[in-house]
Amino acid sequence: MNTVYFDHNSTTALNPAVLDAMLPWLQGQHGNATSRHVFGRLGREAVETARKQVATSVGVQASQIVFTSGGTEANNFALKGITANLAASQVLVSAIEHPCVSRAAAALAWHDWQISTLEVNAQGVLDMADATAQLQAQKTGLISVMLANNETGAIQPIAELAALAKAHKALVHTDAVQALGKISLDFTALGVHAMTISSHKIGGPIGIGALVLDKRVDIAPLLHGGGQERGLRSGTENVAGIVGFAKACQLAVETVATRSEYLSGLRDQLETGLRALGVSVFAQQAQRLPNTSFFAVANIDGETLVIALDKAGYAVASGSACSSDSTEPSHVLLAMGVEADLARGAVRVSLGEHNTAAQIAGFLAALKQEVQRLKGLHAVAA
Amino acid sequence: MSDRKPIYLDYSATTPVDPRVAQKMIPFLTEDFGNPASRSHPFGWTAEQAVETAREEVAKLVNADPREIVWTSGATESNNLAIKGAAHFYAGGKGKHIITVSTEHKAVLDTVRELEREGYEATYLQPEPDGLVDIEKFKAAIRPDTVLASVMLVNNEIGVVQDITALGNVCRANNIIFHVDAAQATGKVVIDLEKLPVDLMSFSAHKTYGPKGIGALYVRRKPRIRIEAQMHGGGHERGMRSGTLATHQIVGMGEAFRIAREEMAAENERIRMLRDRLLNGLLHIEETYVNGDLDHRVPHNLNISFNFVEGESLIMAIKDIAVSSGSACTSASLEPSYVLRALGRSDELAHSSIRFSIGRFTTEADVDYTIDLLKNKIGKLRELSPLWEMFQDGIDLSKVEWAEH
Repeated sequence: MNTVYFDHNSTTALNPAVLDAMLPWLQGQHGNATSRHVFGRLGREAVETARKQVATSVGVQASQIVFTSGGTEANNFALKGITANLAASQVLVSAIEHPCVSRAAAALAWHDWQISTLEVNAQGVLDMADATAQLQAQKTGLISVMLANNETGAIQPIAELAALAKAHKALVHTDAVQALGKISLDFTALGVHAMTISSHKIGGPIGIGALVLDKRVDIAPLLHGGGQERGLRSGTENVAGIVGFAKACQLAVETVATRSEYLSGLRDQLETGLRALGVSVFAQQAQRLPNTSFFAVANIDGETLVIALDKAGYAVASGSACSSDSTEPSHVLLAMGVEADLARGAVRVSLGEHNTAAQIAGFLAALKQEVQRLKGLHAVAA
Repeated sequence: MSDRKPIYLDYSATTPVDPRVAQKMIPFLTEDFGNPASRSHPFGWTAEQAVETAREEVAKLVNADPREIVWTSGATESNNLAIKGAAHFYAGGKGKHIITVSTEHKAVLDTVRELEREGYEATYLQPEPDGLVDIEKFKAAIRPDTVLASVMLVNNEIGVVQDITALGNVCRANNIIFHVDAAQATGKVVIDLEKLPVDLMSFSAHKTYGPKGIGALYVRRKPRIRIEAQMHGGGHERGMRSGTLATHQIVGMGEAFRIAREEMAAENERIRMLRDRLLNGLLHIEETYVNGDLDHRVPHNLNISFNFVEGESLIMAIKDIAVSSGSACTSASLEPSYVLRALGRSDELAHSSIRFSIGRFTTEADVDYTIDLLKNKIGKLRELSPLWEMFQDGIDLSKVEWAEH
């Protein structure tokens, strides 16, 4: 496939070193990591070594890591598990969360929680004045705000939010799935109580993730059974996945500074070109992930443009993959106050370390051509 | 003990990934790495197509419609989703009583206990001493407010096969949702969901030579069974289970289930011969008891208690074979197996039980080695046992009055 892959916020190719780490666990004789014989013990050792690697990558101790089947499960676990052990009050989630946070939060209504939305400003960044007002107005048990948005890449003031929440005795969860490996990440410095990370956004396999927990947090399990993960997440350990995740974490975090610099260089090259085309880039004034650019061409439908770009050999997204079934404009852009018509034109480019300056140049040329062609069609139709 | 690894006879805890399965998975870890939910480029389309092909393979093994298969992270999640999902959905109309069996896997028992904490009531049926559920006792447990019953097809510790058709028919007649944990059954017994009166069925890949971390839940379409999602998010799997689909894992499960479908008839015959060989060899040892019915049982499993042998010493003595004493999920504890206790076995016999589980890569030589090892070690352990000496002397140990300490 010669298509250039510009959709790294959706999923990433497996790092070859990660595959090498995983293969021994997919081949040959292996036990259930809970079994006491040597096959089981080897699996257990691999899981515990991996747990230490993941913990080190985010600045915590191994006992603070609970492995899950991915980001969606970790987010559901955080919201449902933490609130299960609190008296029902208010839960605050931002308007730009991934559906696995916002819908998990919505499900808490069954357990008498009141769900309220935290607004963002025109740059897609949490409105701290709104957060302060809502915390003052009503007793809040839990706040969940993502560390970096998957669509715009806008980085949220989580440390500041956590400090504010502390004054109001509210717990804070952050979905850091998009932040891991793209910006430096330190759980303790953020001051949050729970943080979600996922493997397949950082060159690891799909189907594995983790919830990082403050030791003082009392959380109820989402999955009941054999009592794995200290009773917090039952189910036979996915040893190959866990080992792959740990390797991916290690590699992603080791090189985060150089990768970040490289990617922001490419992104700036892209956005310089976009400006020349008269394209609006969303959240451009915000502090953003180095790899993400979310933009729209006025009067051109995003879905149409994405398909045209695909034919031209560039895999990009019109929004987050999970909601790409729907033709609704991005909820993130609407929350930022972007007009629905312009929001329908949104295209997301999310870069990875294997992308090159030549690919960006090629993409800009293709985009220019497609925009002209589509505008021509519009002119004919009009 | 030599440096070589022990002989693996713990296929019920987990199976190795079949090399054919691993080969099929690897391309989806490398070149075809797309997110199946990405609709705008070929990386996503290739992944989605692979996911749907695998769904067909899983459906074919159990004679279901691919649209009835929902991917999960494994049988534990499937059991949680089925039981909580159906209980939550149907409790309003029917009631909050659940029937299950005390010998179910922890993933079922713990889930039902969680529902009890939510205000549901549960009946935990005791099986007969052979491990099978008595249909009359099952009927007697039904209440007007019984919403759900959950009974496993094949038991993980003793391998007995429950009469799912009979139990399911009772559920149908009483308008009860019927869930079956089939994690230990795929590739071992024929499953025909077109005929079986089952509404929800849990599957796992790693018990059938697929990868760990992937499973599925069968959700009947006709008549349509509804479940409340337990993981909310992007709305994958028609809203029943959100989360990015792990393409390589799903492809692995599909291939594992395809192999099972094509090879299970021949494989099970071979395994039955090995099991019978093991059984005959071990029954030559005095005072050994088979746990669970031998006729209604998968050929892969043999669970035997060795009387007058202390369980932990036995495990230490037979390190050249990898076996289980109780199910792997609870083997971190020293509690005697709750399954064997439910059959009415004494603590001593439950403690001295070994589960031998035979699989695709077990050889006749492995079995013969195991028989010799057990004969030898049990003989030695009993030489050291005062109880065995008393038994040999004809003393009825149940009548002995032990001094208080």
